[in-house]
Amino acid sequence: MSINRKELEEIAALAQLNIPEQQVSQINQSLNQVMNMIEHINDANTDEVKPMAHPNDAWQTPRQDEVSDCSHKQALLSLSAHADEDHYLVPKVIE
Amino acid sequence: MINLSIREMSSLLASKQISIQELCGVYHDRCRAHNQSTNAIITLNEEFNADQILQAEKQLNGNQLLAGIPVLHKDLFCTNNLKTTCASKMLANFIPPYDATAVKKLNDSGMITLGKANMDEFAMGSSNEHSAFGAVNNPWDLNRVPGGSSGGSAAAVAARMSPVATGTDTGGSIRQPAAFCGITGIKPSYGRVSRYGMVAFASSLDQGGVMAPAADDCGLVLSAMTGHDTLDSTSSKQPQWQWKKPNSPDLTGLKVGVVSTWIDELQDEGIKLKTLEAINHFKDNGAEIIDIELPYAELAVSAYYVLAPAECSSNLSRFDGVRFGHQAENAKDLEYLYRTSRTEGFGEEVKKRIMIGTWALSSGYYDAYYIKAQKIRRLISEDFSKAFSEVDILACPVSPELPFKHGEKIEGVNMYQADKYTIPASLAGLPCLSMPIGFSENLPVGLQLIGRYFDEQRILSVADKYQQQTQHHLQMPEAFL
Repeated sequence: MSINRKELEEIAALAQLNIPEQQVSQINQSLNQVMNMIEHINDANTDEVKPMAHPNDAWQTPRQDEVSDCSHKQALLSLSAHADEDHYLVPKVIE
Repeated sequence: MINLSIREMSSLLASKQISIQELCGVYHDRCRAHNQSTNAIITLNEEFNADQILQAEKQLNGNQLLAGIPVLHKDLFCTNNLKTTCASKMLANFIPPYDATAVKKLNDSGMITLGKANMDEFAMGSSNEHSAFGAVNNPWDLNRVPGGSSGGSAAAVAARMSPVATGTDTGGSIRQPAAFCGITGIKPSYGRVSRYGMVAFASSLDQGGVMAPAADDCGLVLSAMTGHDTLDSTSSKQPQWQWKKPNSPDLTGLKVGVVSTWIDELQDEGIKLKTLEAINHFKDNGAEIIDIELPYAELAVSAYYVLAPAECSSNLSRFDGVRFGHQAENAKDLEYLYRTSRTEGFGEEVKKRIMIGTWALSSGYYDAYYIKAQKIRRLISEDFSKAFSEVDILACPVSPELPFKHGEKIEGVNMYQADKYTIPASLAGLPCLSMPIGFSENLPVGLQLIGRYFDEQRILSVADKYQQQTQHHLQMPEAFL
C-alpha cells in the first residue's frame, strides 16, 4: 500500500493540516514507510474473528443522567485566545 | 536522603527527623541542579502550595504513608493552575482549571507536586526526542535517549530529581523508558487508573502508571491512584487496589511463562544474557519456568500503528484553535483558523500519526485496515488468555536494544519496531512492568513482567522479591550521586 501526492493532499485536508510544498515528498515517503509496515496485518487470516475495539468492552459503565456542576464556564472560556463573556469568537462564517 | 525508599522517607517524616519542606527542598534543589543536563522537567513548581503542605502535615499525623512525599507528573496530566503542555507548542500556555483524577488522588494522599516532566509530544514517541521543549538526555549517558514517551519522568527518577513520577503507557511509554533509565515502571491494567484529565492519545490503550526506583515504591503510589472514577466511563468498577509488600523472596509455586522465541531472536548479546540471568534467578528461587508461544504478537506493531493513530486522529481533532491551545493569528476564515492553528501547533511526528490515522479511518480503508487491525488485536489478546491458562506471569524483554544515541533512529520506522515487546500487552490491556536487571556496556537493561487482568499485585510482588535479593534498582548514574 502506498499513497500518491493527490491522496496525500486529500488526507491532509481531512486532517485539517497544511503540507508545505517543500515537505510533500518527504512526508509522502515517510507515510508510505509506515503503510508498508502496516501491511503485515494482512499476513493473518481473520475471517472468523470478531474485532476488538477495547480491552474492557465488558464493563463500560455509563453514569447516571444527573445534572452536575458546570460552573467552570468562565475558567474554560478564559483558555481561549478569543472569547467574550459567553462565547468563543471565530472568523465570520455566514456572509 | 536521595537513595531512601518512600517507606524510609515516610518514617523520617513521621518521626520528625526531617520536615516536609526540607524533603521537598532537597528534591527541588536537585531539579534545579540537574535539569540543564537532563532537560527532564518542563515546568518546576516554583512555590509549593502552602495549603498542600499543611494538608500533608495533617495527613502525616494520621499515618498516611505518602504524605509529604514529592512527586513529578508527566506533563499530560492536567494540574490545576500549573501549566500542562503535553510537550507541544499546541498547549505551550495551557493552564488547566482542574486536576486529573490521578493527580487529585495523589494530592489527597498528601503527595507534593514538584513539577511537570518532559515527554514526547502528546506521548507519541519512544525516545523523548519529539518534544517541543527539546530532547531529554539519559542520565546514564547524556548522549543517549531516555526512551519515551515518559522519558522525562524516567530520567528525573534515575537522576533522583524526584523519588517517584507518574507516567503513561500507550504502547510501552512507561516500560521502555524505565528500562532505558534503570528504574522500575508499572503500567496497570487498562481501566485501573482513571484517564480523566489525562490528555488523550489513543483512548483504548492509554493508561496512567508509576515510575520509581523500586517495585515497592511503585506499589505504594499506584495503590493511591486506583479506583473507579465516575468521570471516566472506561475506569473499572474494581475497588481501590491496595499493594501488599511480600515478606520473603521465595517464588515456590509460581509459574513463569517465557516467550523463548523473543529471547532467541535478541541481537544484543548483553540484553540476552541479562534476561536469561533474571529468569534463572526466578528458577533458583523456586519458580517453574514454562515455554510459551504468542504467535500473533509478531503482528502487534503493525496493528498498533493502525489503531493508535486512528484513535489519535480522532482525539486530536479537538485542537481546532478555537477553545484552547495554539491559535493562528489573522485568520481570515474558519478553515484557515483550523488548518493553520493545527499545522503551526503540532510537531512533525504528531502530524504524521494524525495523517496515518485519518487515512486508516477514511472511506475505502476503514474495513481493510482499521477493522482488520482490531481483529488482530483480538487474536493477540486470545494468545495471552491461552498463555495465562498455563502460567501466572510472563517474563520477557522490554526492548530489543540498549538506549540508543540521539538522532540514531529518528527517521523511518526503526523506532516503531523497537516497541515490539511492549505493544502486545498494551493491545490486550494487561498489567505489565519493567524492572532493572543489570547493565550491559554500562547501560541499564530491563525485564518485562506481564500479568493477568488486575493482577498488579503478582507482577509487583515478583519484582519486589527479585529486588529483595538484588541491588540493580539502587544503582545511580555516577554524575548524579
